[in-house]
Amino acid sequence: MAEFLAYLIAGIATGAIYALAAIGFTLVWQTSQTINFAQGEFVMLPAVLVLLAIKLFGAPIWLGALIGIAAFILIFGVGFKLTIVDPMIRHGVLPLAIATMALSIIMKEGAKDGFSAEAQKFPSFVPTETISVFGAAISLQHVAIIVVAFGVIGLLQWFVGGTKLGRQMQATAQNPTVARILGIPVERMVLLTFVINAALAVVASVLISPIYLAKFSNGEVIGLFAFIAAIVGGFNQVRGALVGGLIVGIVDSMAAAYISTSYRLAVPLLLLVVIILVKPEGLMGRKEERRV
Amino acid sequence: MTAPATHGATAPVARRLPLPAFVDGTLLTLVAAAVILWFAPSGMGRYGTYVLSLWLVMSVAVMGLNLTLGYAGLKSLAQAAFMGIGAYATALLTSKVGLNWYASFAISGLLTFAVGLVLGFPALRVKAHYLAFVTLAFSTLIWLVLRNEQWLTGGVFGLSNIPRPSFFGLKLDGALAFHRFVVVVTFLLAVVLWWMIRSPWGRAFTALRENPIRAASLGIDTRMYTLLAFAIGSAYAGFAGALYAPLVEFIDPSPFSLSQSFFLLLMVVAGGAGYLLGPFIGALLGVVLPEWLRFAGSLYLIIFAAIVMLLLIACPQGMSGLLERGWTKLTGKKEGAR
Amino acid sequence: MNRHWIIAAALGMAVSLPALAQDKVKLVDVVELSGAGATAGTNWKNGIDLAVADINAKGGILGKQIEIVHYDTQTNPGNTRAAVQRAIDEGTYAVLGPVFSGPIGASMQIAQRAEIAQLVGGEAAGLTKQGNQYLFRTSLSQTAAMPKIAKYLKDTVKAGSVAVVWVNNDFGKGGRDAIIPELEKAGIKLAVDVATEQGQADFAADAIKVKNSNADAVFVYLNEEESARFLRAAKQQGITKPMVGETTLLGAKVIELAGDAANGVKGHVGLSIDAPIPAFQEFGKKFQAKYNYVSDHNGMKGYMAVYMVKWATEKQKKFDKKGVADTLRGATIKTSEEPGILIETTIETNGDLDRESFLAEVKDGKQVITATLPKINP
Repeated sequence: MAEFLAYLIAGIATGAIYALAAIGFTLVWQTSQTINFAQGEFVMLPAVLVLLAIKLFGAPIWLGALIGIAAFILIFGVGFKLTIVDPMIRHGVLPLAIATMALSIIMKEGAKDGFSAEAQKFPSFVPTETISVFGAAISLQHVAIIVVAFGVIGLLQWFVGGTKLGRQMQATAQNPTVARILGIPVERMVLLTFVINAALAVVASVLISPIYLAKFSNGEVIGLFAFIAAIVGGFNQVRGALVGGLIVGIVDSMAAAYISTSYRLAVPLLLLVVIILVKPEGLMGRKEERRV
Repeated sequence: MTAPATHGATAPVARRLPLPAFVDGTLLTLVAAAVILWFAPSGMGRYGTYVLSLWLVMSVAVMGLNLTLGYAGLKSLAQAAFMGIGAYATALLTSKVGLNWYASFAISGLLTFAVGLVLGFPALRVKAHYLAFVTLAFSTLIWLVLRNEQWLTGGVFGLSNIPRPSFFGLKLDGALAFHRFVVVVTFLLAVVLWWMIRSPWGRAFTALRENPIRAASLGIDTRMYTLLAFAIGSAYAGFAGALYAPLVEFIDPSPFSLSQSFFLLLMVVAGGAGYLLGPFIGALLGVVLPEWLRFAGSLYLIIFAAIVMLLLIACPQGMSGLLERGWTKLTGKKEGAR
Repeated sequence: MNRHWIIAAALGMAVSLPALAQDKVKLVDVVELSGAGATAGTNWKNGIDLAVADINAKGGILGKQIEIVHYDTQTNPGNTRAAVQRAIDEGTYAVLGPVFSGPIGASMQIAQRAEIAQLVGGEAAGLTKQGNQYLFRTSLSQTAAMPKIAKYLKDTVKAGSVAVVWVNNDFGKGGRDAIIPELEKAGIKLAVDVATEQGQADFAADAIKVKNSNADAVFVYLNEEESARFLRAAKQQGITKPMVGETTLLGAKVIELAGDAANGVKGHVGLSIDAPIPAFQEFGKKFQAKYNYVSDHNGMKGYMAVYMVKWATEKQKKFDKKGVADTLRGATIKTSEEPGILIETTIETNGDLDRESFLAEVKDGKQVITATLPKINP
């Protein structure tokens, strides 16, 4: 039992990170049909930028964090939308998806050549202590990840459902044409989802980097899992991405525990294939009627 | 190198014309290129020859992906994995079973074709872009199997001492001899593809990409055609793998990972998706660019990705499209001068 | 008349001497500068550059300056093979690198065919078992290191069962395949066998698995960064059993990254800038001064590789490519003859090395050497 609980908590903690990445992924997909293959790099880069800011300006941690995060949201929230998505979306979804693959290479190699090829320590804002719950050692860092991630997701849900701006954004996501007729500034709403995506990536990055260490290659796995999470949970639902992220995190942890460490990655992937065969719109997703 | 087999979305009018001159231009280019490449390595040393051969082998894989992506409009994220299946099948059949290369080559192609069918069928049943998801999963699964099933694949240690084929008793062990062999095989595969694209069959592919719904209403069985395009594209990856294994004489799982599949996709786009000669340009950028950018060290990847990105923004038809544009401008100017 | 000739000859010498001095000897380093091996490869490359700069500053090898070229293999065996081929086509005097064992296995036949010495950073046991007369290691092989570790686990740690955590690449798999029979021989039970991925970031599940195995000790065989991540995860899960490992677990990089979690880690170290050998520490300082970070064992390996070539050339007193391999085989290089070798090194006929090694422990964020192990065949 204690053992199971330990695996579960670890799974939920990583799952929460995947969920943050997957939510941004689905938001961007909903409003602009962008499949972002660089999503993993979006989670990798903020930590690197923060460290870079500390190194370049000799700034204290809080200032470095501020500069790094602001730079990231500006470049990869607003800039990504304006310089890559906008000029490319007219050529169709396919070139844009491929462009994000190119972007992922640029981000990864840029972090490597511009910062460091080696992993770097990233400051943690919670102590690295463990507490004992029902005989299982639970790391405070994991608890903090879970609490913060769920807090942020809750905040996002409230924003989308409970504020005017959020509802406008949701309307844009569901049907941009109707939204435009209703007088919603569609363009600005789309931009807002990109900013939210970048902000979620920042949260995930700051939460996970003390454990994973900041390294250019960290995005590969996170990106893959965010992708799986989005499909498993449902591509067109924020709720779906949340559920998908948690499921994938837990499945991964359990697979390592009870199946095989060498094939642990295979289990979430098989889950993905099964979902596609059985319920292609995802566990929480609804069938898409538009398109053509 | 500018003649496209079929025009992209930019020239719907031209597409209706049969364009025999254009098509023959492609074939002529292929023949001329094959002749040049036959003699090219003289004085290049074994390394230069190897890079040329590698370029051609990658071109074969990119050609297949071009059929899938460029003509049928499907995203496959498993081209490198298919190449791996072909490479491992050929390596095992030639070195462990003792089968000759030609039979192994055919088996590699058939195997990847069959796997393509099995994989594509359920995915395409749902929706075209689900193929990307299924191939993504497949690609990673293959990679795991290659790494973990040491009894079969040699695991992370790889397989070494893969024999090179012989040609009617002629040994092809030398770099130059094998290069010429690769030139011939690549040429044949390119001609087959050229023929396929020109056939009514191939035109159906293009129709699919241009407007799947219209194609369906015209009575084209879209699912059948997309599935076949994907399977044939995968078979080309299998062929490329069958050439890759004896070229390098050693294989391990690393060149067949997911990121390599992404890289192959970028090569298709860089060369010009939907152009028959595009893959050669794309693979040239992917394989030979690091050689040209030696001074830039590991920055070449960024440069490659940036080129692709700029191309996608400025000219989604890739280098082929860019060359074509330049050509039209040039000839247009000439006419104006007259 | 004679005097004229002598003057002419002397003049000729005077003219040709600077020309001779400018004449260069070309060394090509084929190494992982991008891809999965980038960390190890960069250290190796920097070590080489440091050695070349040192040697050139002191007049080169037999009066010739070394011209060093680095080719990036992208950690891809096919590219490595091609790059070794290229190095030989371009007339390299000896091939340096690569560091990862897979690419070494893929490329070693080429140097062998060309009868050129190849000095590599790989540790996998299989490399020197193929009868290749031109392949030389720059560090101890796993076959040499693992019996020492098994003995240490049995006699010093007194472990009855051990959990083995390894990285699934040629390095980790090779080490795992080498330690398991040694554990068996020592009568130690394998509590759990945990494979991890190269570049893996999340070790929580692996740490829990190790913890639940209730092993007396944990043998960790991962690359540096993954070692650090595992140690952190192990600490989070409250594992208190001794962590034992090889050079990569006790490296400076691991200590820096793992922080507190590295304290108490023990094991066997082949090359370490913290070893109680002045030449090692001296090297560490020079490296730190030039590159502004702490070298790991790969930096030392690269440094020594260049000096092995230098020693062999000066020993045979000429630039004979095949002779380098012949001279190195079976030789013992003493620090009195060549200070750049840093520690007395015996090269066995199969290319394996024999040299002193160390038992170390991490205390208060510092690697402390607790014992020096003699050569296997002193």
